[in-house]
Amino acid sequence: MQEYVIEMNNIRKEFPGIVANDNITLQVKKGEIHALLGENGAGKSTLMNVLFGLYQPEKGEIKVKGKEVKITDPNVANRLGIGMVHQHFMLVHNFTVTENIILGSEPTKGGKINIEDAAKKVSELSQRYGLSVDPHAKIEDISVGMQQRVEILKTLYRGAEILIFDEPTAVLTPQEIKELIQIMEKLVQEGKSIILITHKLKEIMEVCDRCTVIRKGKGIGTVNVSETNPDELAALMVGREVHFKVEKQQATPKDVVLEIDQLVVHDARDIPSVNGLDLNVRAGEILGIAGVDGNGQTELIEGITGLRKVKSGSIKINGKDVTNLPARKITETGLGHIPQDRHKHGLVLDYSIGANMVLQTYYQKPFSKSGILNYGKIYEKARKLIEEYDVRTPSEFTPARALSGGNQQKAIIAREVDRSPDLLIAAQPTRGLDVGAIEFIHSKLIEERDNGKAVLLISFELEEVMNVSDRIAVIYEGRIVDIVDPKETSEQELGLLMAGGKREREGVL
Amino acid sequence: MQNLLKNERLFNILVPVISAILGMLAGAIIMVLGNYDPVAGFEALFSGMFGTPKAIGETIRAASPLILSGLAVGFAFKTGLFNIGVEGQLLVGWLASVWVGYAFELPAVLHVTLSILAAAVAGGLWGMIPGYLKAKFKVHEVIVTIMLNYVALYVTADLIKRYLYAGNEKSYRIHESASLSSPFLSQITEGSRLHWGIMIALIAAVIMWFILEKTATGYELKSVGYNQHASMYAGMNVSKNVILSMTISGAFAGMAGAMEGLGTFQNMTVLSSFTGTGFDGIAVALLGANNAFGIILSSLLFGGLNTAAPQMNFDANVPSELIKIIIALIIFFVASGYIIRVIAARFSKEGK
Ligand SMILES: Nc1ncnc2c1ncn2[C@@H]1O[C@H](COP(=O)(O)OP(=O)(O)OP(=O)(O)O)[C@@H](O)[C@H]1O
Ligand SMILES: [Mg+2]
Repeated sequence: MQEYVIEMNNIRKEFPGIVANDNITLQVKKGEIHALLGENGAGKSTLMNVLFGLYQPEKGEIKVKGKEVKITDPNVANRLGIGMVHQHFMLVHNFTVTENIILGSEPTKGGKINIEDAAKKVSELSQRYGLSVDPHAKIEDISVGMQQRVEILKTLYRGAEILIFDEPTAVLTPQEIKELIQIMEKLVQEGKSIILITHKLKEIMEVCDRCTVIRKGKGIGTVNVSETNPDELAALMVGREVHFKVEKQQATPKDVVLEIDQLVVHDARDIPSVNGLDLNVRAGEILGIAGVDGNGQTELIEGITGLRKVKSGSIKINGKDVTNLPARKITETGLGHIPQDRHKHGLVLDYSIGANMVLQTYYQKPFSKSGILNYGKIYEKARKLIEEYDVRTPSEFTPARALSGGNQQKAIIAREVDRSPDLLIAAQPTRGLDVGAIEFIHSKLIEERDNGKAVLLISFELEEVMNVSDRIAVIYEGRIVDIVDPKETSEQELGLLMAGGKREREGVL
Repeated sequence: MQNLLKNERLFNILVPVISAILGMLAGAIIMVLGNYDPVAGFEALFSGMFGTPKAIGETIRAASPLILSGLAVGFAFKTGLFNIGVEGQLLVGWLASVWVGYAFELPAVLHVTLSILAAAVAGGLWGMIPGYLKAKFKVHEVIVTIMLNYVALYVTADLIKRYLYAGNEKSYRIHESASLSSPFLSQITEGSRLHWGIMIALIAAVIMWFILEKTATGYELKSVGYNQHASMYAGMNVSKNVILSMTISGAFAGMAGAMEGLGTFQNMTVLSSFTGTGFDGIAVALLGANNAFGIILSSLLFGGLNTAAPQMNFDANVPSELIKIIIALIIFFVASGYIIRVIAARFSKEGK
């Protein structure tokens, strides 16, 4: 019989109004990478939070290395050798890497915290697993990918044998994903076991040994990855067949909606990130922006949406100059924005999901009349959107914080698309969504396009850009360096352009 | 118990209630340790709080400014700001109400209203300063409000001495037409100093609830408090909202001053130290969970405890300082509400 390092048997976990885990069983073998797959809100994070001691299950038993245990809090989990890298990081931003790693288990020497020893240990661990993390860097100064490695180091520092990764690749760029996969492979070589939550079937096929599928809180089963394929996995998790590629007609672009001329936007360090950028997006087309992270995408979006001051150049929406107007004015001109960071910009987590549905429109009729809110109308709207966009939530009164990551994203998309703005900016719109939801969102974007709206799509995922866009603009060092037709290009060519290379045929702009 | 834990709302109510009871119990233990008779002590305390019509009147009177300063703290807090400057805002409000009450001669209703408004405006402006500094220069409101407390203390004292001094460290008295005092209320409570201020305080509580829960402005204010980035994204003007919140908070605090100026004292004393009412507002808001209704209840409790302290001393010989300890303990228990939660969770597991 096979030794399991982790056995979670018949776990049940309830939240008000919902059974998040209903009799789920998950068994992880030593030294394997075990995928946990399921739709948004299926209960994956919940199950892992149970294993990590953040939630107490109502029913079921947990065995670690064959021994039954009660994991009452994360400290117990740490002691049992279980570490978790959360879907949303938990780091103190103005602390250094080392400070964050030792937080909660500070090594002391004569009553004083011994940072130097800790830093040495951190840097040793970092080398051993190929993480290349600078132990003295401040969290706020390092990239998201690096922050994630800090989270990994944190678990290793505490002696984790079993690592839980909750959607680690959702926030990473393709390059970072490759590196993370190497790190994970290294970890299992060193005898660690990994539970990996991801919505990207490709990743499961690539690195995982086995995969447990859950659907709507119930366990569906565990399959050997070598004996399955993405289609089967998708069908298992959604309960129906999924089309990975959306059908769409030829675009019929009309008037220019977004017109950007010689735009310059500086980043937080006052360095020009967008540097003389020109771009037009027409009604009835989806323009995808492809580029390596950090080439000015964030600043471009923030400049257009009024979240960041533009240094020079101009932005016009429907012919109206909106350069440096207040965000509200721009929104009212006809802008919708699915933000890159759903927790920072997209939602007020402490508001109900209903209240979040009117984040830009609360002061307008019918939600508000002479300054008085009409909650009846607000919740009515929310119910409609929840229904239409299949946001899985117990009710419209549930705090946004309590929704699963993917359902938070769906709520934001519902809000932005429903306003049917003339210009819709979608930044990483499908980040953290399951394959079924991605299919749905893509078809929504195309629907908007067919209704004569302009859509600007920014995504690090080339596949998404290529599938959905009608034109692809390549951004490099703050400029659009080329515009290509997705039907006539390849991932290779795009990759080359994104790295600053040139195309053979010039001047197709 | 497990169900109870799930029910956040119920728990938010239970923590303060349990804290108040624990605070009282701890007070009893201290009495025993200090060789006082806790039974007699609490008998005297309760009778001093609500044993006679007069005691009830005094409790309510003491609660009125507490409610308003609690609302001031609670309002700011709900919008993500920490207003430690309620004391200073209260002082300028007090002075403004007395000034208008003394310097003008107007028909009664108009005069009271105007005096109260003056207090609200003065307190509001005093609160607006830290709001502005925070919005424009990112100066933390806690530091500015603490400093402004001292400025208010000395400036009001100086202004009284210069322009309103009646001798004996007191300002001139306000005209009858500006007074909130009520022979009728005094009479039905058998001679307490109860005045109409409680009505103002209750109306203010309704206003706070209404602004925060029912208006688009409140939606914005809270949103900015919860998440500035998302608020900016949604097109809200974060600076404007920070300033507005501190101004409204200051206006409540200023009206707390009017309770003293137009109600209890009819003048203002040249103060050499803080009244403490503004700081008690923090405790009141904390115990009342920053909720308008909760603030009313906790103000009544603290107001009652404060007014009954002398009687406890007189009847049962327990030093009145004990009340301060009890209040401090209640605050301690509320603040450690987390501990109470954990204990309750343990109970629930064993209970099953
Ligand atoms: N703290 C909570 N309070 C109430 N309900 C919650 C809480 N956490 C999760 N839920 C609910 O439990 C269900 C499962 O959520 P969970 O976060 O486990 O989903 P998930 O599988 O991780 O989804 P995703 O892929 O979107 O991250 C959801 O319906 C969610 O609304
Ligand atoms: Mg999740």
